[in-house]
Amino acid sequence: MSIIEVRALNLTRNRTPVLHGVSLSVEQGEIFVLIGPSGSGKSSLLRCLNRLEEPAPQTVFLNGDDITSLPVTTLRCRVGMVFQQSSMFPGTVADNLAYGPSLRKETLPRERLVELLEQVALDPALLDKRATELSGGQAQRVAIARALANRPDVLLLDEPTSALDPIATHAVEQTLHDLRARLNLTLIWVSHMVEQARRVADRVLMLDAGRVVRIDTVDAMLDPQHGDPRVLAFAKGDDGRMQDEDEPARTDVVAVKEPQP
Amino acid sequence: MNLLNDALNGLGDAFANLNDLPRIGLALALVAVAALISYWQRAGVEKDLASATARSFVQLVAIGYVLELIFNQENPLWTVLMLLVMIVVGARTSGRRGKATPHATRVSFLSITLGSALTLAVLVIGGVFSFTPQAIIPIGGMIIGNAMTTAAQVMNRMSDDLLDQRPQIESMLALGATSRQAAQIQFRRALRSAMIPHIDTTKTVGLIKLPGAMTGMILAGASPLEAVQLQIIVMYMLVGAVTFTGLISAYLTYREFFTPAYQLKSLTSPVET
Repeated sequence: MSIIEVRALNLTRNRTPVLHGVSLSVEQGEIFVLIGPSGSGKSSLLRCLNRLEEPAPQTVFLNGDDITSLPVTTLRCRVGMVFQQSSMFPGTVADNLAYGPSLRKETLPRERLVELLEQVALDPALLDKRATELSGGQAQRVAIARALANRPDVLLLDEPTSALDPIATHAVEQTLHDLRARLNLTLIWVSHMVEQARRVADRVLMLDAGRVVRIDTVDAMLDPQHGDPRVLAFAKGDDGRMQDEDEPARTDVVAVKEPQP
Repeated sequence: MNLLNDALNGLGDAFANLNDLPRIGLALALVAVAALISYWQRAGVEKDLASATARSFVQLVAIGYVLELIFNQENPLWTVLMLLVMIVVGARTSGRRGKATPHATRVSFLSITLGSALTLAVLVIGGVFSFTPQAIIPIGGMIIGNAMTTAAQVMNRMSDDLLDQRPQIESMLALGATSRQAAQIQFRRALRSAMIPHIDTTKTVGLIKLPGAMTGMILAGASPLEAVQLQIIVMYMLVGAVTFTGLISAYLTYREFFTPAYQLKSLTSPVET
């Protein structure tokens, strides 16, 4: 059974159709990337998966359960989310990590907080630092660790690296890749860069104007003979280097650690 | 309460002494001078000044007749009706100021009504004031006026903060927070923003300027010590009214921004990617 399944999802916002009959399924432990032009509905689709946008009943399923029938706070613990802007909450890094469990009156021991930081390749010495004083890359990894504190099965990532420089981007990609391997976490990742999809994705879904263009592996999508012309056109627009054979494959993610303070 | 009733009767007498056209005409001469200065300096407020002068005259004379009529009624429903009119006018005014909040007039109406009713109930049941039109209408007016300002302040502060801090709030919701938990920081800030000006006024009362109720009583011939007693009651009463109204309007306002499924409403659409 797929961990996430979407069946013929339509979404309208302010009387404007945003998604049209979107269907997909994501397997446990998969890195599934949503790509598409700006305004294609990628973020809206992602937000339907944890009910930050309301999907119609019987359109989105988590392990076979209709998510609209689950208590919404439980759903959001099982399906975590990291946003483009890693909003740090007032207080220390430790306070941020403990936020999710504290909502359920659960106190995280110091060892668990250290473990969470180590999972995202950050120095545990950061625990007592004010969260608002972190660099962009550090803050984004704290946001990932904060979501992991709820022990989710699925992590939704809404352009988690778009505000980061290339070094921090690669560090976050490496962290997420490691997390998938270590925790068998399912990642559903919105990206506007085909090149990033190539580095990280098992499969890619391309959306255009709220409709699914194609779901496939990146290599199949970009095959000059059999690839989808709209995906190829988008890839060219995204980055001309996409057609280069010398680009690193997903397994060649550059492991660059961000300098620690 | 005798203290208040004596004071209000005294103030009424004082006003009666002033209630003749030559004196009003003399005061109006000051407005005419102001209009001339505006014309001379090209400030361009002559029309507004004329309109404000005419409106204030008509409104105050009209309310004078209405109060005269109500003060002579035995049935307390007339007093309640007058308070209700004040609340409706206050809710409309405050609702216009807080228009970024969905259903702002309804939120204002409920906040002002509940906050004012609670404050008045404590004062009347506790025997501080008797339920007579002479006591309840002016006291209710002070409470409703302050409640109106408070409701608008809370709605504005909270709607600004909720919309500005959308990323932080959605991050909290995505971690399993309820709407109330996610809006807790904004809720506290809005309540503080309504209460702090009144707390500051209460701290400095009498040191910077003499407040209205006390000034009125002294003008009406009451001794300063009597005036001070009433002013203390008024200050404490307003702190209570502002707190009750602030709490109720903060509660009603944050609920307008969330759906039952703990989603922050898209009053302005989120950035689509």
